[in-house]
Amino acid sequence: MVLFASRDAGTRSLRRARLRLRVLMAVFVLAFFSVGLRLVDLTTGARATKPQVLSLRRGDGAPDIGRADILDRRGVTLATNLRVNSVIADPSRVNFPERAAHRLADALGLNEAALLARLKRGGRFAWIKRRISPREEALVKDLGLPGVALQPDEERVYPQKNLVSHVLGFTGDDNQGLAGIELAEQDRLVGGEAKGKGPLVLSIDVAVQNVVREATMKAFLRFHAKGACAIVFDTRTRAFLSLVSLPDFDPNRATREPSTNRQNRCSGHTYELGSLFKIFTTAFALDAGAASLFDRLDASQPLYIGRHPIHDDHAKFRWLTVPEAFAFSSNIGMVRLIQKVDDPERQKGFLRRLGLFGTSKVELPDTRPPLLPRRWPFITQATVAYGHGIAVSPVNYVEAVASLIDDGRFRPGTVLRRGLEDVPPGEPVVAAKTVRDMRWLLWLTTDRGTGDQARLDRYLTGGKTGTADKAVYGRGYVKGAVVASFVSVLPVDDPRYLVLVTLDEPQGDAATHGFRYGGWTAAPVAAEIIERVGPLLGLEPSPPEARARMEARLQVYPAMNGHSHETEEGLAAVRLDP
Amino acid sequence: MTVFSRTDRSILGQWWWTVDRAMLAGFAVLALFGVVMVLASSPGIARTLRLSSEGFFIVRHLVFLVPATCLLLAASLLAPRGVLRLAVAMLAVFGAMLLSTLLFAPEIKGSHRWIFPFGLQVQPSEFVKPALAVVTAWLLARFEGLAGLPEALLAVGAVVLVLVLQPDLGMTVLTLAVFAAQLFVAGLGWFWIAGLAGMAVAGLLGAYALFPHVQARIDDFVDPTTEVYQVEKAMDAVASGGLFGKGPGEGQVKFTLPEAHSDFVFATAVEEYGALACLAVVAVFATIVLRGLVRVQACEDRFVQLAGAGLVVQLGLQAIINMAVNLNLMPTKGMTLPFISYGGSSMLALAFGMGMLLALTRRGARLR
Repeated sequence: MVLFASRDAGTRSLRRARLRLRVLMAVFVLAFFSVGLRLVDLTTGARATKPQVLSLRRGDGAPDIGRADILDRRGVTLATNLRVNSVIADPSRVNFPERAAHRLADALGLNEAALLARLKRGGRFAWIKRRISPREEALVKDLGLPGVALQPDEERVYPQKNLVSHVLGFTGDDNQGLAGIELAEQDRLVGGEAKGKGPLVLSIDVAVQNVVREATMKAFLRFHAKGACAIVFDTRTRAFLSLVSLPDFDPNRATREPSTNRQNRCSGHTYELGSLFKIFTTAFALDAGAASLFDRLDASQPLYIGRHPIHDDHAKFRWLTVPEAFAFSSNIGMVRLIQKVDDPERQKGFLRRLGLFGTSKVELPDTRPPLLPRRWPFITQATVAYGHGIAVSPVNYVEAVASLIDDGRFRPGTVLRRGLEDVPPGEPVVAAKTVRDMRWLLWLTTDRGTGDQARLDRYLTGGKTGTADKAVYGRGYVKGAVVASFVSVLPVDDPRYLVLVTLDEPQGDAATHGFRYGGWTAAPVAAEIIERVGPLLGLEPSPPEARARMEARLQVYPAMNGHSHETEEGLAAVRLDP
Repeated sequence: MTVFSRTDRSILGQWWWTVDRAMLAGFAVLALFGVVMVLASSPGIARTLRLSSEGFFIVRHLVFLVPATCLLLAASLLAPRGVLRLAVAMLAVFGAMLLSTLLFAPEIKGSHRWIFPFGLQVQPSEFVKPALAVVTAWLLARFEGLAGLPEALLAVGAVVLVLVLQPDLGMTVLTLAVFAAQLFVAGLGWFWIAGLAGMAVAGLLGAYALFPHVQARIDDFVDPTTEVYQVEKAMDAVASGGLFGKGPGEGQVKFTLPEAHSDFVFATAVEEYGALACLAVVAVFATIVLRGLVRVQACEDRFVQLAGAGLVVQLGLQAIINMAVNLNLMPTKGMTLPFISYGGSSMLALAFGMGMLLALTRRGARLR
């Protein structure tokens, strides 16, 4: 074919028209080319490979198939999928709805009337029954009903049952996350390998979790507690090795369990933790330079703030050194310490830097913000000093304590596995000296203070007891209702792990002489956890020198003659009653 | 193919050896693909509209396809003078109907475009469009240079006035663009071309200022955070199709894509047959347009040249605008994809136009 004929010149306007037509051709080539380019770009570019996040609406007929598995930090499967079939129907293709409904209801054990109504409503898609057994599958196939079909489906399975229930959460009908990490990491899990997503690895260690749950469950049942929370926290990676909330549930059948069992008491409940807060008060006063381990505090009689008396549970009726006040859990001593600073803004700032003024950043959907006092007159400063008038979740609490005994820097905790190199740098809270002092004070408390029930031979531990009167909404503090807790550091000379045990309203029994104190109820649980978990985590028994170094800092006060201030650094002054 | 001998002097024999068989084959391929696409895309729409049968659009499409094919072939048999006569007659008849839309047409989706003679839904502007292109070509070709411009302007102006009053902006733009292309080919001076381009921009700005729905569409297109539902769905369909498509009948997004059988049939096609197959469709359109322009260029007759160019540009522009809208390159504009979208009566108009194009691009075609 002759493309650009020039065999006859023709008139001028014909010649010009030929040129103009060539311009038009070029324009069209360009336009068609860009349409084609766009077509290829749209089908191969970012949009085509962009993961399409499934809607969380129920029953939109798009179940999540191939959802990523969830593993514990050692690779044990915590959640996976089972291939099953579901029965679906195209109601517009079902010939005799009455007959079909009757037979299907028979084979699958369904309500015939409801099924018939659904088939008669029409449309192109209806679920008949989700996730059927092989026997039901054979029955449906034998029926051979037109318009009824099997569709590959998946069942989310949690082989560990109750063990990791609150961290994992559970999924709904279309395998969409409804609670726990399943909900929080929905985008990360949905689609799974087909979308290039490997299994999600948690920081939880199933072996540790098993010990923690068993030990806590024993105490939970024995003391008839309303609830319990136990945590093992890695202080270096700031990751949760174990998180147990009791009562718990089986995520395989979560929706049939009582909803109270589904509440995560470690992250979704806030408690006034009482004496556990004395860690913060003491660290605050020491770090602010307002007090030293050598200072003495007047705890000889109850302290009055206005007409509000402050008593000690383990009263000594004398002046206490700062380590004594901490180890004997003296409320009066704590108020004396906060008096030395008497600056609500600094106190608030300190707690805020520990993350206690905001919701924990942990990857769980049901986290609660702390309940904070609205105003901070001196009475509030005083009660917060010994852990009342402020309520925080256990998760918030361990994140804060870890900052004080690890390296003095605050970092948010995680339930996802991370190596040391992935730990964020964090924000500084206290100086290294304060960290050393706090470790020693915690050791002292388990060695000869209120936490001696958690003293162990194998490991050098530190800890703090807490027994908080429980406030009930609208009724104030309820007599006899307490939250008993124990926080423990392992090993205390070079901390690797934090163990927190919190019992909600335990009832004392004969063996505890009717006491509900954290030292009697929660501390033994922590001790058992440490005894059994230590070897699992490959923790060597503490060498005798470690204890010797701790004891070297311990020197009985010669007398209250004021010479102690000249004692050299590292040699604290503590007077302890026989 | 030796259906007709070279020496066959019958009407059909002459036609066979002079008609552009590449374009003819292109039309056939597109029409066949159109049938496949209407089969795939229209049942969902019929169901959504609660029509009596899912096959409603399929049956109508096939029913109109038969007369449309006959019309196209019959029109392509005409000599240029016949084409001109047909165009003048059509312009008279459908021009009158177009005028009557202003008086009788009920309001549908905010505009008076359709009338219903004998229970048939007809959009007269579809028929006026190709007829007008041929008639203006004749008016321009009567004199050397652009001496025929005033009469042509008058004809186009009258039609455009009615279109703006309906209002049917898409058709207005298309009509003006075709006329502009004809003027360009007819040798309009570059100074005037620049002026026309300026006027086009001014016109678009005016439409933006005057018509709220135009404003909304352009705002939605420019603002990356808002996506029109149809375009969003079309994008989903395209992404879901990928390079190789989901397979015939396997499309899922098409069930929720509005106008999947007409304005957004291209997106449906990508979902089911993939980008590669649709590139072939683009290539077929490009081939037809370029073939048409090459044929027109080789032609010695000014009327044939201008009329042919007008009709080719009409087809090409409509295809490009539709595909560009489907691929979110342009703000949404109600325009069907020639041959492939579900047609109904507009398919007849297309057959008229393309039949005339085939007639004009026959070898040796000339008015005088």
